[in-house]
Amino acid sequence: MLARISRRLAGLLATLLAASFVIFAAVYAAPGDPAVFLAGGRDKLTPEKLELVRAQYHLDEPLVVQYGRWLGDCLHFDLGRSFKYSDQVADLIVARFPTTLALVAYATVLFVVLGVGAGVLAAVRRGTWVDSAVVGGTTLAASVPSFVSAIALAAVFGVQLGWFPVTGGGEGFTGTLHHLTLPALALALGALAIISRVTRQAMADAGAADHVEAARSSGIPEREIVRRHILRNALGPIVTMCGLVMAGMLAGTVVVETAFGISGIGSLLVGAINTHDFPVAQAVLLLMVTGYIVVTTLVDLVHPLLDPRVKEAAV
Amino acid sequence: MPSAAAGHDTAPLAAPGSDTVLLDIDRLTLRLPGTARPVLDQVSLRVASGEVVGLVGESGSGKSTTAKAALRTLPTGTALDGSVRVAGRDVLALRGEELRAHRARTVALVHQDPRAALNPVRRIGDFLVERLAAAGTGVRGATARDRAVELLAAVGLDAPERRVRQRPHELSGGMLQRVVIAGALAAEPRLLLADEATSALDVTTQAEILALLRTLRAERGLGLLFITHDLHLAAAYCDRVYVMYAGRVVEERTAGDLFERPRHPYTRGLLDCSPTLGEDHREIRPIPGKPPSLADAFAGCPFAERCPDAEPECATWLPEPVALADGGTGSAACRRLPELLPVPQTTTKDGSR
Repeated sequence: MLARISRRLAGLLATLLAASFVIFAAVYAAPGDPAVFLAGGRDKLTPEKLELVRAQYHLDEPLVVQYGRWLGDCLHFDLGRSFKYSDQVADLIVARFPTTLALVAYATVLFVVLGVGAGVLAAVRRGTWVDSAVVGGTTLAASVPSFVSAIALAAVFGVQLGWFPVTGGGEGFTGTLHHLTLPALALALGALAIISRVTRQAMADAGAADHVEAARSSGIPEREIVRRHILRNALGPIVTMCGLVMAGMLAGTVVVETAFGISGIGSLLVGAINTHDFPVAQAVLLLMVTGYIVVTTLVDLVHPLLDPRVKEAAV
Repeated sequence: MPSAAAGHDTAPLAAPGSDTVLLDIDRLTLRLPGTARPVLDQVSLRVASGEVVGLVGESGSGKSTTAKAALRTLPTGTALDGSVRVAGRDVLALRGEELRAHRARTVALVHQDPRAALNPVRRIGDFLVERLAAAGTGVRGATARDRAVELLAAVGLDAPERRVRQRPHELSGGMLQRVVIAGALAAEPRLLLADEATSALDVTTQAEILALLRTLRAERGLGLLFITHDLHLAAAYCDRVYVMYAGRVVEERTAGDLFERPRHPYTRGLLDCSPTLGEDHREIRPIPGKPPSLADAFAGCPFAERCPDAEPECATWLPEPVALADGGTGSAACRRLPELLPVPQTTTKDGSR
């Protein structure tokens, strides 16, 4: 088990290294010259001034050297200074990341509970109107873009009914929960369809196993069969899909953050890209990739607990 | 098609040498949608307590469906006619909680493949405790765990304390079949249905499981319905044997009679299919043709087109059991039974036919 974890960690670091280079190169290759922005725009720009700015920010060096310098700084937890805000990038992220993390965590709880619940319901009542209602309802929810559902939710529950605030991140635990309910719901709605469908299909597959029939013919109560035999054996694909959707959400909060005026890292990233704020864009992207890799690695590590046969094969 | 009610008019014939009839299937006809002929056609079968009854036939002859009828685990859309009684209760009328309790307490089924019958991600102990709970034994927690260990010891597994913590993939096929039998015994059922329970095991393991089932029958007075495709095994192991073909019981005999003086041409054909040790090296004669599928319908005897003794009239004669006169209690469903002489030695007599 220990060897397995360390092997996974080594793989994680290698992936992260490769991803960091791709991120750095991609931001570097993006159209537009950051030096122009740093020098204060094209209006009174002289070639000398541009050279000066380039030298100051090491923008005149080759890509590989810049990457090496950036990577070295990153390892010392120095993510550089924002071109735009002149603040430490780390400070910007620390100020905004918890909000995004809370938003994604809240949305994950919502889509796991509602999505898996709807999927179990559809699987148990397969072929009935309940099944059709779940499939139809979640498909409809998934086909609505998140900015539309965000506006609709804000209009109904925020403005009309006044149950929830429509902007801001909130203070304290209950305040955060209160403020983030609508954004998290808007974020989770799109994931319901895929999670409920995966749950339904995985349970249908697990329910077709001979041992389920054997349990049924030996008079095990149906509730026990669904819980301990069908859902238990279907957990592998369900957990994997929940992990992937959650990891994807880390990078997909921009629209919802903008719609509800939440200052998370999603809006930070979009702002940074628009203003050629290299260090911020790189750091946020790196954080998102790290989050994605960490979540998928955790899912992989959970698998042997769900299916003991995997453990035997991996050792 | 005779009505289901007809089955209740006839007084149940007491099976010889037995006190209580555990399983009593009377003229059961079972149809599935989309099939040309019934899956089971007028099947009558009984198992008394303490009796080992064999049920033999090729695949698709309806053996497993007969066992499923005793548990009422039949696909939806099944049309039933006739009656199935287990320990006096009409199984076909059971619904909901009554049916669940019937499956959990009175009858237990042992499947062919023990590896498929156990949930691969759960421990052996959990499997047994679950069966104990379903049977309503009322044992819980540590007591249930102790009882699980006892059950494993009762079916002859070594180190039962360790086994309850293991998972199916850590055990061999023979060990798993013992686990499945232990699970079947958890409810202390009165009737055990063994559906090809030893067919997937190698010979030595098969012998151990067979011996175990016999011991359990003797100790607990279980009725055992032993389903197999191996006629020789059934004849050697069971008290009585039913032979099925195309959803019908074609012959019912005591095991010795069946083996020595088979009367139905199909039974004779089955015995001729397998090689035996003996003085005269008789040739192996496979039955010509192939077993009928559910898409084949028959106006007369379903075996007629493969039968060496068939006459044109057989194709329109609806088979019905004909009692045998030769001292036994058996019957065979063959039109030519009175003409075809009892054959004391299948092997030699058949050779000269």
